[in-house]
Amino acid sequence: PRGERGASARTLAAAALIAVPASLRARRLPSTASPGLHPPACPAPRPRPVPRMRRARRAAARGGCPRMPPRQREPRRGPGGPARPAAPPAATRPAALALVTLLSFASRFHRLREPPHVCWDETHFGKMGSYYINRTFFFDVHPPLGKMLIGLAGYLSGYDGTFPFQKPGDRYEQHNYIGMRGFCAFLGSCLVPFAYLTVLELSKSLPAALLTAFILIFDTGCITLSQYILLDPILMFFLMGAVLSMVKCNSRADRPFSASWWFWLSLTGVSLAGAMGVKFVGLFVVLLVGLNTIYDLWDLLGNLSLSLVTFGKHLLARVLCLIVLPLALYTAVFAVHFAVLNRSGPGDGFFSSAFQSQLIGNNLHNVSIPEHLAYGSVVTMKNLRMAGGYLHSHWHLYPEGVGARQQQVTAYLHKDLNNLWIIKKHDSDTDLSDPSSPVEFVRHGDIIRLEHKETSRNLHSHQHEAPLTRKHFQVTGYGINGTGDSNDFWRIEVVGRKTGKLIKVLRSRVRLTHVATGCILGSSGKTLPKWGWEQVEVTCTPYLKETPNSLWNFEDHINPKLPNISLDVLKPSFAEILLESHMVMIRGNSGLKPKDNEVTSKPWHWPINYQGLRFSGVNETDYRVYLLGNPVIWWLNLITIGLYLLITVCTAVALKRGVQLTSELKELSRVVLHAGGQITLGWLLHYLPFFMMGRVLYFHHYFPAMLFSSMLTGITWDALLRFCAVFLSPSTTARKVHGGGFLALVLLILYSFYLFHPLSYGMIGPMASNPSSPMAGLRWMDSWEF
Amino acid sequence: MLGFLKEPVVVTAEINVNLVALTVLALISRLWGLCYPRAVVFDEVYYGQFVSLYMKRIFFVDDSGPPFGHMLLALGGYLGGFDGNFLWNRIGAEYSMNVPVWSLRLLPALAGAFCVPLAYQILVELHFSHCAALGAALLILLENSLITQSRFMLLESILIFFILLAVLSYLKFYNLQKHSAFCGSWWFWLLLTGVACSCAVGVKYMGLFTYLLLLATAGLHFWHMIGDQNLSNVCSTACKRYYLSLFMVSLLCHFLARALALIIIPMGLYLSFFYVHLALLYRSGPHDQIMTSAFQASLEGGLARITQGQPLEVAYGSQITLRNVLGKPVQCWLHSHTNTYPIRYENGRGSSHQQQVTCYPFKDVNNWWIVKDPGMQQLVVSNPPRPVRHGHIVQLVHGITTRYLNTHDVAAPLSPHSQEVSCYIDYNISMPAQNLWRVEIVNRESDTDVWKTILSEVRFVHVNTSAVLKLSGASLPEWGYRQLEVVGEKLSKGYHQSMVWNVEEHRYGKSQEQKEREVELHSPTQMDISKNLSFMAKFTELQWKILTLKNEDTEHKYSSSALDWVTMDTNIAYWLHPTSGAQIHLLGNVATWASANAAALIYLCLSLWYLLRRRRRIYDIPEDAWQLWVSAGGICAGGWAVNYLPFFLMEKTLFLYHYLPAVTFQILLIPVVLQHLGDHLCRSVLLKSMLSALIVAWFSSVYFVYCTFSPLTYGQPALSPPELRALRWKDTWNILIRKH
Repeated sequence: PRGERGASARTLAAAALIAVPASLRARRLPSTASPGLHPPACPAPRPRPVPRMRRARRAAARGGCPRMPPRQREPRRGPGGPARPAAPPAATRPAALALVTLLSFASRFHRLREPPHVCWDETHFGKMGSYYINRTFFFDVHPPLGKMLIGLAGYLSGYDGTFPFQKPGDRYEQHNYIGMRGFCAFLGSCLVPFAYLTVLELSKSLPAALLTAFILIFDTGCITLSQYILLDPILMFFLMGAVLSMVKCNSRADRPFSASWWFWLSLTGVSLAGAMGVKFVGLFVVLLVGLNTIYDLWDLLGNLSLSLVTFGKHLLARVLCLIVLPLALYTAVFAVHFAVLNRSGPGDGFFSSAFQSQLIGNNLHNVSIPEHLAYGSVVTMKNLRMAGGYLHSHWHLYPEGVGARQQQVTAYLHKDLNNLWIIKKHDSDTDLSDPSSPVEFVRHGDIIRLEHKETSRNLHSHQHEAPLTRKHFQVTGYGINGTGDSNDFWRIEVVGRKTGKLIKVLRSRVRLTHVATGCILGSSGKTLPKWGWEQVEVTCTPYLKETPNSLWNFEDHINPKLPNISLDVLKPSFAEILLESHMVMIRGNSGLKPKDNEVTSKPWHWPINYQGLRFSGVNETDYRVYLLGNPVIWWLNLITIGLYLLITVCTAVALKRGVQLTSELKELSRVVLHAGGQITLGWLLHYLPFFMMGRVLYFHHYFPAMLFSSMLTGITWDALLRFCAVFLSPSTTARKVHGGGFLALVLLILYSFYLFHPLSYGMIGPMASNPSSPMAGLRWMDSWEF
Repeated sequence: MLGFLKEPVVVTAEINVNLVALTVLALISRLWGLCYPRAVVFDEVYYGQFVSLYMKRIFFVDDSGPPFGHMLLALGGYLGGFDGNFLWNRIGAEYSMNVPVWSLRLLPALAGAFCVPLAYQILVELHFSHCAALGAALLILLENSLITQSRFMLLESILIFFILLAVLSYLKFYNLQKHSAFCGSWWFWLLLTGVACSCAVGVKYMGLFTYLLLLATAGLHFWHMIGDQNLSNVCSTACKRYYLSLFMVSLLCHFLARALALIIIPMGLYLSFFYVHLALLYRSGPHDQIMTSAFQASLEGGLARITQGQPLEVAYGSQITLRNVLGKPVQCWLHSHTNTYPIRYENGRGSSHQQQVTCYPFKDVNNWWIVKDPGMQQLVVSNPPRPVRHGHIVQLVHGITTRYLNTHDVAAPLSPHSQEVSCYIDYNISMPAQNLWRVEIVNRESDTDVWKTILSEVRFVHVNTSAVLKLSGASLPEWGYRQLEVVGEKLSKGYHQSMVWNVEEHRYGKSQEQKEREVELHSPTQMDISKNLSFMAKFTELQWKILTLKNEDTEHKYSSSALDWVTMDTNIAYWLHPTSGAQIHLLGNVATWASANAAALIYLCLSLWYLLRRRRRIYDIPEDAWQLWVSAGGICAGGWAVNYLPFFLMEKTLFLYHYLPAVTFQILLIPVVLQHLGDHLCRSVLLKSMLSALIVAWFSSVYFVYCTFSPLTYGQPALSPPELRALRWKDTWNILIRKH
């Protein structure tokens, strides 16, 4: 009987009050006696087996009790939120969920093997998966969880990590790639049931949830993005997981500290850690959950029936599950990352010397060198900016017209004999290599001279402008056999250290100040032209700002007179490694700047589906896959956002004016304002920040926002149709409007998917501009390239 | 009859002597010795050149902001009779006699001085005591950084003036709202709010933050008005319905009035600034090349002199020069010359060894191309001319060498992913000419549009390979004379300006023979029509350029980060006397800034405390005091936050003076917090008197700091090195000490 009564979801007023268990009702609806409080005495429909959802609704409409009189006042609701309408029939819900899940998996796994070559960014993420299998260290701008999972999926499915993933279009041949693709497709398929459950939980309306699910199932963009070895399905999986568990947890607010409440709360935390661990974009969902939690706590605080102790418990539970737990997991991800990747690889150069000493196969691994610098030591100096080079010089001179015609000094990324410099005293030129002379350590604040070992010229600077950065001074090699002039003197200083302290290899961050002009030795990061062998410019900057550009550390250190220590002593702690890898990632991310003459994707392109991404194939004979949203769905989403704003403003003004609403309308307006508001906030948080980002943007960055937009579409259209039904009732057209509208939308979505499915499942043959192509006439915008 | 004589004629004038005294003091502090130093101080070197250009009516583009502020400065120059003849080349240069220094600096100084009475009025309108208002005004009066900034030809003081004016007029308007809506003064203050907002935005884009704050406040107040249930609960249903409809109408009127005054009028005014700007500057000048050809042609001199009287429609046989629309890194024209691509490049790749096609940043006879119909041999315009339309296939013939523009599947010299573009030389090898191009007019209105000189933006799509003619932006090595590389882009993703070209110079070719044609190409173009751009088109282009122009060099000796501002870790040296130690610094009053920070902190903590307690239904202060606290905080703390926090997200070079609007709001918060402490937290008489004593002591410390640093604010008297060293209260301050 519960299900039967629940089927009358459309006559919410009655259903709401009947379906709530008596115990609950007593708590939620304070007993302020008002005429409309008690459910109208209407006969409950007879129990009847209801096999199909549609039949159930018809039955419900027929058997539904009359609506409440419009002027009745609704009782003030308790803090637990308004009463919930009952669930749709118990049988339909799992059936609908199963159907949705099945369709989702079918659409994502269909033709998963095709094309059997590397597509688009698979070249990066597949390669990084292989790195995990081979345990070689690499660098990427995203946190490691996504790639680790890809690597794990590959490992479990029997991929051996030998495929090079060199460039898009390389054929996989005998290599087993299906495991990794399948893993991503699996996570991508989970998005649909997640969204379905979220919307169901928020709006308590099966049609809304189904509409959302259909939109996501039949969106070509979501299908394409889920079918390849990419980070996006993994990110979106965790993101939707976080949203779903947040919503589930909210709906259990009336039973705090119950097992399921704890389960969903901690699951939210786990998903947050997952989302952050895949891409930094996960930060937006953290924000969403954070705002929701603050709102939640604020609500609890205002509930005077809760003692402050209880409130403290609530607070503590959230801190534990939403801050401590995610942070611990996130850190654990990095710990695994660094534990797995213990061999030297292509990412070494991005990290500091101390870090490199940890990697097997790196030339700093397990070596022992003297710890403190002394006069006479032969050293290499590494710039501290990300991927900064070693201070370098060679016999070539600066060309005519570029400052003084003296020997070039550059920064060079590779290890080389020309990177070696000898530390000398500025005032004496005694031969320090004599083993009998006493060892004299270099101290913070000393004035030194750096002699280039191969060419015996001194590091020198003067007031000529630098070759590329015109406001800086030129740095040259000067002098013959170590005899130069006073422009060769540099003061050596360690950051954050007092005068007189010794200078350590690898760990000390050193600044070299030119004594005569007061400028600081730095590397600008700009590449010199041909004459400088495309090495990196080294300048002396007169701006005394502390940036990594002007800081150096000593990496190699040769001094036979000093005792060697093992570098393991210098091993950075895990916290330092964590911090460093984050700095490197953040700098790497902000370093991805678009070039001037490059066509880039702009955030405003995305919601209008302006331009897609070529995943595979260019020519007519290729198997072409094009990442583009199903235009009908995307434009529907776009219109819905406007529509939603309109409905919200109307509803909010009506409520503010104190218009008396029937309980049905009230419930609807709650869904629109509260549930819709939550989803809209998610959409805004996942979309607006891109307008402020300086880095290169791509179309697929919009997909997390698109998930929210689709959920909003489901909620809004369902609410809109219900509003229409309410205003048309009690005539028979009311339910036809709702059913018909819903059906029309679903059919529209299905038909558009039929039209556009080749975008995801591959097109072969002439391009769409050719009338003989199957896609002819579907190129509705000139900017689409299929 | 003479009854009126029975009554004495009485004129009562109410003069707030406090206010007058404050204004006079402010004028003295800002105007005293305004002409000193008679030298270029800091950013005067930057704004001065624009004033000169206004005086000479020469067009310029300044990416730092909209033109209203520049125009105000120029107004000062105009009133002082400045002729614009001064070379603004370095800070510290002595002004020549023709520069009216006093009148140039007068407007900012006046604006800075009027901030003091404005601050007073704002506090009064926020319903604080006259004592608190006096305190706020005094703090602004004695703020060294505001004094320094308003004594020179700089924009911040004008900006702050308009911001405060906008806030004040909104408060006046809001206070009138309750009893006398829609009266004269209500309208006056409402309109003044809009005008002041648009002026603030017109001076600097920073004004936008305050404008948005006021818009949000107005929106919030209006939202409260919607929910105002007073009316609907008074009487019976019938009369209620009547009143309700009346109420809805008045609500609508309120809404429309606000929309008009706060949105439409500001937008109109903002447009009018540009209108005046463009009307004043009609001569071509140094920034012409940033703008499109159409814009340049609308300026007197420059391109207009050349293009005046050109035929409008490009026809088969037209002789044209093609300019790339992007204009970056420099403006350039499609160019070719007799040199060929080297057979092998330095990296070992091969080329087609055909004639180079480049983009050349200077006017040259080799920039001329002839549009040819592939089906006909002739290179002259037939009579009547046959215009080229969107979608037509053409060949482009280089005028001097008569070779055809060609591209083929050979990698371009510097961009190997794109195709090489060349002028075709038939070497009799198996590499046929592929010289057909389809003309696509990007900004067409219909698909049959004619290709127009200057106005049409055109893409050339290669017929064989569908590559698009594009400027890659790289500059060729020695063999290409460092000209810019032109390539055929195969993967043309959407619209980008580097792929779009427009005809700049144009004439109908008449000469059949090559020799005559060369003579013709060398002669200047002359013919019949002129093109005029509408104001909106010019405005859109200029606005877009202002917003998108980026300065490359982002390093400056005195640049600072937003965090340095609150901690007072930075200063800017504005000027140093060439011989003595006299110098001017932008440096805040330490006492004021520190207490402003403290006030902001106290405000935040107290608000949070009250909020949490109120949530638990514990009311520490009366409701009206709470409302006062919220509204004052919304304006003062809110003003500080919106003017400060966005800088953390900005990537441009930041200076201390960007913080001045924020700090002004923060200073206004001090008396708000102090009065609240005195009224509500100091309950006993003893505490109250202690607080007053503390305030007096603190005020004297503010005055003391002001006096101590006034030599650095006014630049005189000159201090000796030990005195200067004593002023270096923080190690990070960069006070210039001469070594003798």
